[in-house]
Amino acid sequence: MPKRTDIKKILIIGSGPIIIGQGCEFDYSGSQACKALREESYQVVLVNSNPATIMTDPEVADRTYIEPITSEVLEQIIERERPDACLATMGGQTGLNTAVEAYEKGIFDRYGVEMIGVNYAAVKKAEDRHEFQQAMQRIGLDLPRSECAYSVEEAIEAAKRIGFPVVVRPSFTLGGSGSGICFNEDSLRRVVRLGLEYSIVREVLIEESVLGWKEYELEVMRDCRDNFVVICSIENFDPMGIHTGDSITVAPAQTLTDKEYQRMRDAARRVISEIGVETGGSNIQFAVHPVTGRMVVIEMNPRVSRSSALASKATGFPIAKFAAKLAVGMTLDEIPNDITKYTPAGFEPSIDYCVVKVPRFAFEKFEGVDDTLSTQMKSVGETMAIGRTFKEALQKGLRGLEIRRSGLGGDGRDEIFGEEISSKEALLKLIDRAKQDEPLREKIAEYLRIPKSDRPFYIKYAFYAGLTSQEIFELTKIDPWFLEQIRQIVEMERELLSVGAHGRAPLLLLRKAKQFGFSDQQIAFYWDQTESDIRALRRAHGIEAVYKLVDTCAAEFKAYTPYFYSTYEEEDESVTSEKKKIMILGGGPNRIGQGIEFDYCCVHAALALKELGYETIMVNSNPETVSTDYDTSDKLFFEPLTLEDVLNIADREKPDGLVVQLGGQTPLNLSSGLEAAGLKILGTSTRSIYMAEDRKQFRALLDKLGVRQPKSETVFTAEEAFQVAQAIGYPVLIRPSFVLGGRAMEIIYDDVQLKKYIRHAVEASDRKPVLIDKFLENAIEVDVDLIGDGKNFVVGGVLEHIEEAGVHSGDAAMALPPFTLSKKLISELKEKTKQLAAELDIVGLMNVQYAIQDGEIYCLEVNPRASRTVPFVSKAIGIPLAKLAAKVMIGKTLKELGFTEEVVPRHFSVKESVFPFVKFPGVDIILSPEMKSTGEVMAIDEDFDLAVYKSQQAAYCSVPVSGRVFISVKDEDKKKVVPVAQELLRLGYELVSTQGTSRVLEAHGVKTEVVKKIAEGHPNVADKIRAKEIGLVINTPTGKGPMLDEAKIRSLAVSFNIPCITTLNAARAIVRAVKSFRKRGLTVKSLQEYHELNSNVIARTQFRR
Amino acid sequence: MPKAILGLEDGLVFEGSSFGVEGEAYGEVVFNTSMSGYQEILTDPSYKGQIVTMTNPHIGNYGVNQADVESRRPWVEGFVVRELSSVVSNWRSEMSLPEYLANCKIIGIQGIDTRKLVKHLRDHGAKKGVLSTVDLDSKRLVVKAKDSPSIVGIDLVKEVTCEKPYDFRETLPSEFHWPAKGMSTSYAGPKRREHFIVCVDGGIKWNMLRKLNQHNFRVRVVPANTTAEDILELKPEGVFYSNGPGDPEPVTYLWGEMRKLIGKIPIFGICLGHQMVGLALGGRTFKLKFGHRGGNHPVLDLKSKRVEITSQNHGFCVDMDSLPKDEIECTHINLNDQTLEGLRHKKYPLFAVQYHPENSPGPHDSDYLFSRFYAMVDHGVW
Repeated sequence: MPKRTDIKKILIIGSGPIIIGQGCEFDYSGSQACKALREESYQVVLVNSNPATIMTDPEVADRTYIEPITSEVLEQIIERERPDACLATMGGQTGLNTAVEAYEKGIFDRYGVEMIGVNYAAVKKAEDRHEFQQAMQRIGLDLPRSECAYSVEEAIEAAKRIGFPVVVRPSFTLGGSGSGICFNEDSLRRVVRLGLEYSIVREVLIEESVLGWKEYELEVMRDCRDNFVVICSIENFDPMGIHTGDSITVAPAQTLTDKEYQRMRDAARRVISEIGVETGGSNIQFAVHPVTGRMVVIEMNPRVSRSSALASKATGFPIAKFAAKLAVGMTLDEIPNDITKYTPAGFEPSIDYCVVKVPRFAFEKFEGVDDTLSTQMKSVGETMAIGRTFKEALQKGLRGLEIRRSGLGGDGRDEIFGEEISSKEALLKLIDRAKQDEPLREKIAEYLRIPKSDRPFYIKYAFYAGLTSQEIFELTKIDPWFLEQIRQIVEMERELLSVGAHGRAPLLLLRKAKQFGFSDQQIAFYWDQTESDIRALRRAHGIEAVYKLVDTCAAEFKAYTPYFYSTYEEEDESVTSEKKKIMILGGGPNRIGQGIEFDYCCVHAALALKELGYETIMVNSNPETVSTDYDTSDKLFFEPLTLEDVLNIADREKPDGLVVQLGGQTPLNLSSGLEAAGLKILGTSTRSIYMAEDRKQFRALLDKLGVRQPKSETVFTAEEAFQVAQAIGYPVLIRPSFVLGGRAMEIIYDDVQLKKYIRHAVEASDRKPVLIDKFLENAIEVDVDLIGDGKNFVVGGVLEHIEEAGVHSGDAAMALPPFTLSKKLISELKEKTKQLAAELDIVGLMNVQYAIQDGEIYCLEVNPRASRTVPFVSKAIGIPLAKLAAKVMIGKTLKELGFTEEVVPRHFSVKESVFPFVKFPGVDIILSPEMKSTGEVMAIDEDFDLAVYKSQQAAYCSVPVSGRVFISVKDEDKKKVVPVAQELLRLGYELVSTQGTSRVLEAHGVKTEVVKKIAEGHPNVADKIRAKEIGLVINTPTGKGPMLDEAKIRSLAVSFNIPCITTLNAARAIVRAVKSFRKRGLTVKSLQEYHELNSNVIARTQFRR
Repeated sequence: MPKAILGLEDGLVFEGSSFGVEGEAYGEVVFNTSMSGYQEILTDPSYKGQIVTMTNPHIGNYGVNQADVESRRPWVEGFVVRELSSVVSNWRSEMSLPEYLANCKIIGIQGIDTRKLVKHLRDHGAKKGVLSTVDLDSKRLVVKAKDSPSIVGIDLVKEVTCEKPYDFRETLPSEFHWPAKGMSTSYAGPKRREHFIVCVDGGIKWNMLRKLNQHNFRVRVVPANTTAEDILELKPEGVFYSNGPGDPEPVTYLWGEMRKLIGKIPIFGICLGHQMVGLALGGRTFKLKFGHRGGNHPVLDLKSKRVEITSQNHGFCVDMDSLPKDEIECTHINLNDQTLEGLRHKKYPLFAVQYHPENSPGPHDSDYLFSRFYAMVDHGVW
């Protein structure tokens, strides 16, 4: 059916900042949707608050609103733009929820906007638990059995009918609190009693537990003619009970017969029809009992999802792109399959390889966090690996995870119950011991019962200890087929170890080990050799990686899209061209400290170099990203970012240069190895990179330029650390070198704290030096981004932090242009930055962090690479810095590119960070030099205070316009908080505070209601937070120490979605923001309009795209 | 593990390790892109004369069970996989695949670059090949492959058809019935009249018979060489022509006898049955380069404009242009290569499809064709 002509303009809602459970997969989907709809000549209006996305690039949509994603904002945009339709299925749960809210408020009706892709009724049916249940029963599908109960006795009766174990879910609670799994009557009594209390309506749902069942997902699509296709089947390695986002998942499904698979397919077809997703993609989850085979439906998402992005990358079938086309009335048989060109999209991909996705966790960032995996998602990113077999893909996945592992162990980094297995001898000893050590065996078995992120490694230890697949299955409920694959890896390891002992390297075994996914590093470890020895041995004997195509059709048809993965077989399908080639290294899995910002830069590099006629080769392992979209670059290699894997590709492709400075720390860490192998690193030299990273050289550089630096020393031992800390004087900032995201970075106030953290720090830096700096208290931090071509250097932007120094720059709120700094200071900062760049011969991007204390500028660090702020700055000033950087790196001058003068916009852009604390109950939310945020938002306004206000809204920390504010600050802040409190009173808020703060406030004439601390009995502040009597918390921490009342208060506030401000500067900014909002209200404006307003400036720079 | 070698007539050779039994097997080397359903594929008589390569690298994971077989034994001449699973993980499994193949005396090879093989077959067409564990001389194997008989021009149906007529009544375990319980359908009512049909066995898959049973047909299966007179003598209300192996053209007795029945009695043909219809109507068949084998082929129903994802297994195809246009209507085409997938007679009660609406393995999208056959037999609508 041809596309609809009654629709001209379509509004697409993005997913906002990256949070746990909503990663950059929605940038991938959203950008695809924008492109697909514009290809069909529709006008696209986009709203998204996340600046680090490709979709918010001004070229991607006709109108781009970088505004908070709320229904109020949506209404303003709709009023201005008058779209005919809204496509809400591309922006994750955020996009869908916002659309539903807008629908329920009558906004869509008022302006005649039609929901396309999925309508309101269908969303309701899919998302409302009760409606979904009824719908499934109507079509005869089985669900976990459940009953409602209103008393403990009723609950017990219900549980007896259903059969233990059961899950108790209190109805209408916040964040699923009070739910739990019960294996017997005793625990049921306890949980239900509590659950009834939690539930506002005193109702609990008693549900059959499907814990430990096999878990499956089908990614399906349907068009307006009821054509239906399954794009991909996914089987989870981890059983039910562990969130899919936290599970290792495998495509295609491995352990279902065709009868069972088709039964699931039929069910999926009925689900999507019954729910009423008329056009687009959905994700449907099933659980299958491992012994009886009973199949139940778990849930369905009537939109594109993380799994659909994974399925797209796993099969080569672009779900989001086609979903957008189906939404405007096209049918599957009308759309050509991009990869095969001549066959239509209306088919089901067949894959002839195995895909394994491994989640990436960041528990090390959060002290005291519960790292048990459960139905609440906790991972911050994922990596995907493709191999011809599961074994190969699993090991590739583990080494691509950026957790410093080379595969499934055997890399000197095994650790069993705290004992490090760092040598081959230690490993042999462990293998030997595990066989006889009964207590160890028991301990392993016990450990396996509880799912943790390191479970795959403990499964391996379990095999060492002689447990069988069946026994491990009983403990973990991981399907025996998967366990058997791991057993085969263990078996291969044993073989490798045994021949290694004789010092001979049988080539057949080596080839087989490579087919099992073993890395050169692992084999080197087993054979007492170096990684490069193994590489040389392999190459001498022709045991080299070959590259196979991802083609949607298992080679049945010729494929035209060059999307490759490596394996060790006979035929290499990659054809190397004669063109000039540039290889771009991506950033691997998202994690805290390295996220979508770097992928954004890599994508820009690919686009820019393509523009200049180069062949671009992308290497990355993150399935969520735009960089791994097969049409972003000329060639895509879906591979782990390790030296071995990158060198293997370079062997084939012989690129003319490599871009390593855009993908964050991951590729940068590879640069010296790549250079040593004779490859050309583009842009800033590795010598300069090293100069900026090495403390001594860096200090010499700063001294030469007369730039101040906080006093600092490099230490290698704990002892040295104490001496240095005392010499410099507390507080000190301590951190390992060569890490990103402030890993293990901490402000230390005394010896006691130092003792506690020194071990931690030494561990995180991988036996590299540890740095100790004087910490500058109450300083203002500033980030400066710069681009250089080796001769000319232009500042991209000067960003002033809103919080005082001590907060990691990745977590800090920032504004561009600066809002308090003097002109003189700003020009001095720019001058210094340019001097630094000149000294370092910067070719590409550079980021410098400064602290300003009492008008004095201190340089904190220099990063000679793309920084996290590049996309934000690019959008604020309307210049695509990453694109320019890529062009500069291959020899263009800034003059040629027409960017010779800094752009200072007339509007204010504010960046605010978003944190995962709500997923980690009990963890203190206090910001520190260790980065903890998962994402960011951008807010733009002509008025700085309003930009701040919008940034809070966008970051889901909307400050209430009236109500009660709880204030409790540390002693030295008590006087300083008085003006803030006064202003709040003037704005009509009521104030609540604890005894100490209240006394000071009262002394200054500020009346507050005094409330008890948690330890002082009831009703206390915690009770008030729980009762939602408090709308805002202002709490500055007294410093690092034991878990105090205040930490509990902060954590509690976050879990009840109450905004919590932890620095005075932020408090001041927010009070001003509220005031400004009260006075002027919110208005929206598109990025294109802002850039237009700035165009006089841009015109002056004669910027050429 | 003993070595095995697969040699193709054009000189391409693969060395891997053997499973199943040892020995030597000849056949046309083809590939199947279904990701599940190896057991159904192995036991589909249409694979007689062929060495089958699975594109999915992991085969055998869920073992083998009695309920999922499509005939009394595997018919493939040889089986080629990337990695055979010796471990089985499935609640319905009764035996491992290597065990089963050994019991059934099938020769297999694993550990080869199956993707390379598939690409070769795709680019150069299906090839004659030999799979051996006893002769490991590659050169000699290539010569043997070259000298082996071609599948073209040979009647393979006689190898697989039943010896004697029999009545079929068997159903799948209920949970795998399609449609599943609770799903509303137009035909599953118990009150519907049962019709008696004759099913001409060209190498039938049992799921066709199960489907016919399910759709209220009483089924008598007869050998492929049964004459039109003998069929009519049974007084059937309709005749069904099944799938079967190899080149359709040489099976003259089958389509020759069918020709006598056209117009006299409702006829439905699947796969080989479809080709028989084409030939009986005076059309031609031709050999596809590498055939259609898999569970993901999009077929467009030209009338409803809907796409069915279909299960396919055929190396030959009916040439639409060779059929009388005024009498025959093309009802279905393959969206991948636009070849003929279904036809109906405008005047006489007759229709046929090239693909496999009985699925097994494959999607259940085309089940409606059995309802159509029922309607044709029951009240003359098709």
